[in-house]
Order: sequence, then C-alpha cells, then structure tokens
Amino acid sequence: MDSLTAWLHAPWPWYVAGPLIGLMVPLMLWIGNRSFGISSNLRHMCAMTQPKAIGVDFFQYNWREHNWSLVFAIGTVLGGFFAGIVFANPNPIDLSVAALTMFSYWDVPIGGGYLPPVLFDFNWLSILVMFLGGVLVGFGTRYASGCTSGHAITGLSTLQTQSLLAVMGIFAGGLIASHFITPHLFSIFW
Amino acid sequence: MRFIPYLFAGMMFGFVMVKSEAASWYRIMEMFYFQSFHMFGIMGSAIATGLAGVFLLKRFGSKSALDGSTIEIPSKEPGRWNYILGGLIFGLGWGIIGLCPGPIFALVGMGSIGALAALAGALHGTWLYGVLKSKLPH
Repeated sequence: MDSLTAWLHAPWPWYVAGPLIGLMVPLMLWIGNRSFGISSNLRHMCAMTQPKAIGVDFFQYNWREHNWSLVFAIGTVLGGFFAGIVFANPNPIDLSVAALTMFSYWDVPIGGGYLPPVLFDFNWLSILVMFLGGVLVGFGTRYASGCTSGHAITGLSTLQTQSLLAVMGIFAGGLIASHFITPHLFSIFW
Repeated sequence: MRFIPYLFAGMMFGFVMVKSEAASWYRIMEMFYFQSFHMFGIMGSAIATGLAGVFLLKRFGSKSALDGSTIEIPSKEPGRWNYILGGLIFGLGWGIIGLCPGPIFALVGMGSIGALAALAGALHGTWLYGVLKSKLPH
C-alpha cells in the first residue's frame, strides 16, 4: 500500500505516461466511437454561451451533441486536481542540468514545478501574459482544428497528413516563441 | 449515466498530464531547447501506443462499447494553410505560456490562477477565430 501511494505521489517516467496517453486514442474509439481531443471543448463552451443577438456561424450548432466531450473536459479538470493536489509530488521537478542552468540564467525560480511563480501568482502582468498566450492557443487550435491531443496524438497515430502539417506548424511556432520571445519576457518584466 | 466512461477517461487524461509533467511550463521549455528526452519520449511512445491500439481495434473489427457501432477513424477535413498557420499560431502561444489545452484544463483543477487566465484567453481566441474564419486562408 505504501508503495502504491508513493507511486501515485511521484512523477511518472515517460515510458509509463506516454503509453497511457497513447491509449486514450483506442480507448475513446472503443468507448463510443469518439476521436480523442480536448480543444474542441473551447468551441463548445463558446457555442454554449453565445448570446443569441450576435450569432456567429461557427458557433451555431447543437453543442449538446458534444456533451460527452464537455464531460471529458470536466474529467480532465478533476484528474488535474487529484494528480496535482491530492497526490501532489512532494519533491522539486527533476529537470535536466541543462534546463536548470538555463532557468537560473533566465532568473526563473523552479517553484512548484508547473508554472513559474511569476506566472502562477495573482498579479496583473502575469495574468495579462497568460491571457494573451491563451488567446494564441485558442485561436490557433481552432484554426488548425486541433491541438497536441487531436493532431500530435490522435492525428499522427491514425496517419493523417493534415495532422503532420499541424504538428510541424505547432513545433515551429513553439521553437520561435520559446527562443525569441519567452526569455525576453522574463528579462524585461521580471 | 452514459457519460460516466468519458468522465473517467478525462480523469485519466488529466491525471497523466500532471503526473507526466507534460503540464509543466518547465518541461515544455526544456523540450523546445532539446535539453531532455522526457517530452520526446512521451510523444513518441504515445503515438506508437496509439498506432498499435488503433491497428488492433481495426484488426479485430471491434464495436464500440456504448452503442455497438463499428469503429470508424474520422478523417481530418481537407486543407493546408489552416493546419500550418493554425499550428504555428498555437505553437507561438504554447512556447510562451508552456500550456496546451489539455494541461490548461488540468492546471485549472489544481487551482492555478495562471491557467484560469489562459483558459479565459483561449476562449476569447476561439471566439476571435469564429468571427474571422471566413477571412482566413484555409
């Protein structure tokens, strides 16, 4: 029992986590012939709250048909709660030496290991950065009809060329932002 | 009650996102600087498992558990620029906030104010796409 709790509290190595994530694809197909993905819920949430007066075509559909997907998103929130609060990792995140050196050079403390304290905390500048970054994530994932789960995992494991295009775009965008924007954000603001 | 399996599947997803640290801004930066095999190992083994799982489902002609329908792999809609440019814009955001949509939901469950702000932003971004859709190359 002790070893089970220890295992639930510890972070999982890639060879445990990766296959479990990959399993989501056949699991969702097997449960109800659904395609594994999370970002479409952002669209359903917009459709759900769209005021009738400003009818944007993209949000004119019966979102209730996607209840299963919204329930999946609620599950994801709960899963985050259990993994991050109930079975929180008591130890600092085990990053590579190269990454630790880089973060100390960026002057970013490691904190809880999920978001840097400056981004995690309640201050207006960090909220603005997270919000604007979120706008790019929301706009881009809908433009590309999917995110890392729908394209990199589901799309690539079902051999779809469109997903390969999306994944190349995603990785290129991530390289550009992480190398040319993010380090400067920290040096300018903090 | 037919939604319960999706609730558990979502919980498993959120749990693994946090336990794998794929929901960590630090891990995402480490990945984009090629400083660790961790994230690449996750992505690679996830795709390999997905491929094997989908192959087996098709090989044995499995039916879905809830409604007994024959399992079909939905194809992504045709298009080129929407996938490339959409991916690029999403990637720009991911490289800053270090969270993609799955981890945004998972970290909201951890009570992260930053993730909540990212979720609010993502909803606005989605809305903006819906408004501009007809003017964008697809």
